[in-house]
This record gives sequence, C-alpha cells and structure tokens, in this order.
Amino acid sequence: MIDILSKRYLYFLISVLVILPGLVILGTRGLPLSIDFTGGSLLEVQFEEGKTPQPAQLVGLYETAGIDDAQVQTTDSGTLLIRSSFLENEKRDSVLSAMKAESGSDVAVIRFDSVGPSIGSQVASRAALAVAIAALGVVLFITYVFRNVPNAFRYGFCAIIAMAHDVAVVFSIVGIGSLILDWQIDALFLTALLTVIGFSVQDKVVVFDRIRENTHIFRRLNYENLVNHSIVQTLQRSINTQLMTVEFLLLAMALFGGVTLQEFAVILLVGLFSGTYSSIFIAAPILVLWENREWENWFGRKAAA
Amino acid sequence: MFRNLTNRIFLILLVLALALWVDLSDEIILPNPFDEGAFLFTRDVKARLGLDLQGGLQVLLEADLPAETNVTRDAMDTARGIVENRTNALGVSENLIQVAGERRIVGEFPGAEDTDAILDIIQQTGLLEFVDTGDFTPEEGTILQTDFATGSTPEPTPADGTQAPTIYHTIMTGKELRSVNVGVDQRGSPGIDFVLTSEGATIFAEHTAANIGKTLAIVLDKVVVSAPNINDAIPDGQGQISGNFTAESANALAVQLRYGSLPIPLKVVETRIIGPTLGEDSLQKSLVAGFVGMIIVILFMGIYYRLPGVVADLSILIYAAIAFAVFKYFHFTLTLPGIAGFLLSTGAALDANILIFERIKEELRNGRNLSQAVGQGWTRAWPSIWESNVTTIITSVILYWFGSTFGATIVKGFSLTLALGVGISLFTAIYITRTLLALFLQTFKPTNLQRWFGI
Repeated sequence: MIDILSKRYLYFLISVLVILPGLVILGTRGLPLSIDFTGGSLLEVQFEEGKTPQPAQLVGLYETAGIDDAQVQTTDSGTLLIRSSFLENEKRDSVLSAMKAESGSDVAVIRFDSVGPSIGSQVASRAALAVAIAALGVVLFITYVFRNVPNAFRYGFCAIIAMAHDVAVVFSIVGIGSLILDWQIDALFLTALLTVIGFSVQDKVVVFDRIRENTHIFRRLNYENLVNHSIVQTLQRSINTQLMTVEFLLLAMALFGGVTLQEFAVILLVGLFSGTYSSIFIAAPILVLWENREWENWFGRKAAA
Repeated sequence: MFRNLTNRIFLILLVLALALWVDLSDEIILPNPFDEGAFLFTRDVKARLGLDLQGGLQVLLEADLPAETNVTRDAMDTARGIVENRTNALGVSENLIQVAGERRIVGEFPGAEDTDAILDIIQQTGLLEFVDTGDFTPEEGTILQTDFATGSTPEPTPADGTQAPTIYHTIMTGKELRSVNVGVDQRGSPGIDFVLTSEGATIFAEHTAANIGKTLAIVLDKVVVSAPNINDAIPDGQGQISGNFTAESANALAVQLRYGSLPIPLKVVETRIIGPTLGEDSLQKSLVAGFVGMIIVILFMGIYYRLPGVVADLSILIYAAIAFAVFKYFHFTLTLPGIAGFLLSTGAALDANILIFERIKEELRNGRNLSQAVGQGWTRAWPSIWESNVTTIITSVILYWFGSTFGATIVKGFSLTLALGVGISLFTAIYITRTLLALFLQTFKPTNLQRWFGI
C-alpha cells in the first residue's frame, strides 16, 4: 500500500509555497476589488476601425465631464475599457456623445456597468457574511453527520482548516492573476469562491466517510494506518471525479468560454483542484497529527517527518 | 435484481419523454379531446436567455429616501408594479422586475436596445399636478413649489431673483385621471387628451368656472409642462395637455400618467448594459465549451468504467435533458454562470456514479458475485453521496440568498442551477443509473468481469 501520510510535513511546505507568493502580492498591492465592491463604473466601447482615439484623449473627455479618475485600457478584441468613479446615466450619455464628436466615428457600447458607492460597500460586507455563514453551516453539518465517531468535532475542524487552505489558494491565484492579467475580485469571483468551499467540503466528507466506515472494520489498526488506508481506498475516486470530470468541464470552459468566463473558470479549476488536494494532503494529515499530538515534539526534537 | 424492473424502465421513459417534449418545443399545449379548440393545459416554455447571453439592460433602483425612513413592503410592491407597467408599455418584452431586499428593485430588460428610454421612464416619479398659479403664467420648464407633499422636491426656481419662492396650491393630481391618450392639439402637434374621474370632473368644473382668465399650470414632477389660461369652464371632465411634445415624449408622458405616480421616488444605483454582440459571442463560446467538455467526459467514463461507464453516460444525457426541461418549464433565465453551475452539477452527478462504480469494483475484487457487488456498491456509497451533496446544497442556498438581496442575478442564476442540478443528479445517479445497469446486466449477462467492468 502506498504510504501517503508519512511525508505530511512536505505537503504542508508545498502548500505554503503555493499560497505565500499570491498573498504577498495581495498584501503589498492591496485587494484588487472591482466596482462590484467599491462602486464605480466600467464602460467598454468600440469605435469604427482606424478611428479609435488615443487613451489620453478619452481621459480628457472624462475630465471635461467632471470625472478626473478615468483609466483607459485596450482589450485584445480592439475595444476600449474605461474605468472611472460612478457615472450617472446622464453623464454617460454626454461622455458618449463627446466621444462621437471627437473621433468622428460611431461608438458602440459593448458593456456598461455602473455601481453606486453605497451599494458597493454593502455588497462587500454582505459577501463576507455569506462566506462566514456558509463555512459555519458546513462545519455544523459535518459535526452532526460524524456525531457517532470519537472526536467528531475534529473532523469538522480539520475540514475548516483545509477549507481555509483552499480559500487561501484561491486568493493567491487571484493575487498572481491581478499582477499578470489584471484580474479583479468581482461578484463572479465570489461565486467561484463559494463553489470552491462547497465542493472542498464535499470532498472532505467523502474521505472522512471512509475513515468513519473503516473505524468500525479495522478496530486493531492504529489511527495513522487507518487514515492512510482510507485515503488510498478513495484515491481512485478522488482523482477520477475531481481531476477528470470537474476539471475537464472547467478546462473546456477556460479554453473556449470567452473572456467573461475565463477568470471564473481558471479560479474554479485551481480552487477545485486544491479542494481535492487538501482532502488528502492537508485535512487527513492534520487528523493524524492531532491524534498523535505531534506538536509536543515540534520544539524538543526535529519534526518527526 | 429488481422485481419491478419493467415499471422502473417505464417511469424513466415517461420522465424522459416529458423532458424531451419540453426541451424541443417553445410551447407545450395539451388539447382537450372532448372539446375542440379548447386546451386542458398550455405553457410557454421558450428558453429564456440572460442579459449576458443576448445583451440588454439591468438596473438596480433604490428608494430615494433618507436611510432611517421606513419603506413599506406595500409601497415597494406598488412601485414595482408601476415600473413594470411603464416599461412594458414601451414595448420591451420579457422584462423582469423584482423587489430585492427591503428598499431595492431590480429590473432586467434582455435584448433592450434603447436603454436610455427605459432608464428615463422608470426614474421619473410621474407625479402630475394641476396647479393654480393665479395670474402668473410660468414658462415651460419652470420648477414650481406646490403644497402637495412628496418625498423629494427639487430646488424651486426663484420667481425673480431674491424673493422667497411662492408655494402654489395644487387643485388635484394625476390620481384623478381616468384615461389618457395621445392626441393632436389645435396647432397640429402631439398633445395628451385626458378624461377625469367623476370626482376629478367635479373639482375641475368648479375650479375652471370660478377662475376664468387665470392660469392653470400642468406640472409633472414639479416641472411645468404647460400653463394654459382657463378660457371657459370645463364641465365634462375632459381636457388636453399641450406643450412642446414630440410624438415620443407625448407617448412617454401618457404612459407615465396612465400608470400613476410612484409611491416612493427611486434612484438608479446600479446600471449594467451588455451590448448584443458581446452576448452572442459569449453564448456561442459557452455552448462550444459545454459541448467539448461533455464529449471528453463521456469518452472518459466509457473507456475507464466500461459497461457501467456507458450506463452512466446514458443517465448523464437523461439528466441533462431533465435539467434543461426543468429550467425551461420554470422559466429560469439561462446565464453564463448558470451554465457553469449546470456543468458543475453535472460533475457532481458523475461523482455520485464514480463513487458507486469504484465501490462495485472494490467489492468485485473482494470476491463478491456481481449482484452482491452492485447492491453493496449502492448501499455503501450512499452516505458519502448524500452527505457531500447536502453540503453543496447548503452553499447554494446561502449564495441564492446573497444574490436575491442585491439583485446580483448572476450569483442567483449560478446557485439555482447548481442546487437544482445537484438535486436532479441524485435522482439520476441513484435511480436511473441503477435501473439501466440492472437492465444491461440482465440482457447481456456478462461473465468476463475484467472486460465489462474494467477491474
């Protein structure tokens, strides 16, 4: 039988190496919150070919309209993306007609999002609340389901730690994405995050379920071997379900799904992978670590790797 | 394996037939066989595409009152109804106007092209007043202060420089209008013909009789639309508003007057416009993505799990047919995140099957016979499937709540399709896969387990 658990400290190290860089980026640059959370507006426009004005010209037009924080970005598809503070509909109209006059070209609005500042901050606080309630609901559910197993609370707790790990991985990816691809944290990101949480726990439940079942079958086995045995038994399923089905579907979405879905799909892809990884390499090892009370050796001797 | 295998298969075929019927038609009609021309049942099941897939406008309105003011549910519902009527009258179809949270209304206008007209018409309070201005004839566009109280009053235009603004008396409001139509005034330009209720007609008759030669200003949202002189008493409760109207603006005003004034002023706090090209592009790409993903998954399941894999593929296809039919029947709007949620729930459906098949293989390796192994596979995998799916549903419910409070329809669409998909997948994984597998095993009676089950 494959011995998975003995290298547990190595897995912890790998996770730290994956999580840290993104979090450092987020820490230094700040959370790349989108207008969904901060309020503001985003206008994507397309000009007739060859008539696209320079970004500086557009910033000038915004300034004339009394908005002095416009930022212009050119997209791959040749459209212009202009972010600014909250634009009322009347202001948007005047800016658009100014654009038409300035460029002498017809201006097509591809997309316009405008979120009032008060709405934005409310969405942010409600979103945090939604995540917290989801986490709590899930822990309560697990503790309830495992109520007949010794130390039922540990399972819920380990699921939460592993879940926090997955959330950290997701944020790390966003941090890296924000640096390289200008990703932002928007309402869709929140959807992805909550899905990762849901599926992460779903995966833990499957592994923990096997441990629970095996506790009754292999009464003589010590806990570490028992857990290892359970992981190996569910390994094929974990790989097939997560890495094949879910990831196939998401990969297709990331590759063919268009710009709108790409960020969403990549975050889900990484997050769900992390969900499977953390069931095997984080949640289960911590259960064992807890059972052995390994922290007592951490400082006295070298870690029992 | 099952005594009632025939019944089970019959049920599955029935469900599948119903699902396909809904999937493939835009409207389902059940004619009454005893009464020609009558229908027992009709339902429109056209697929509804979200804004992100066909372009359109989404707008979030908030009661424009101080935060401490209590906004009643009734007032919000009335406001919602008025917004709906006004926008429907503009000829935009498939509008969806919903109250979101305590003081917000979210409006969605898929496929809307003239977004400005919609925004204009929903934002105006639409309070029409007939104001007695005496001998003073205000110009069109003047802002008047009247003694009829509302939530928000724009700053009045001082009549002449420093003087404190006069407060004029409102004789009656648009409430007294019984019908409103666009007509033509004496000069031949568009005007608005109105007929008053009997109560309104009495007030109007009395006032006009007593004030011949004076001005009666017609004021909309405190702005003077026209200020005609009263030439004669008007006893029959009919009249006309003339002003500087174009055909469109006369029509828009008529719409506002017809559906009454908003009980609370609304302001736009969020606008999202998606152009039709972006929507179409997204639809194409996500369809391709979904198709490619499904093909890979179906191939993988068939190759890796052999017979059970093929059975699972069949039940996944049935699952997709059922889920799509449910979405169409209950008029769920399909959005990009909705499609993502659907694909993920497909993953969850497959996971249930994979859990079971891995279990069957294990039992087979442990030397059990086929029927024992299949039975054990289901019994033993069930707790994991059940508990893991419940956690997904818990998260979906919380997401749905979050989405409805903020009118974040993308989040709502995702959580709804995910939760429903997971629910339907439990049925297909447990009931359909198992029945079909039993049917195949009975028909083929496989002996070479290695080849048929890939152990």
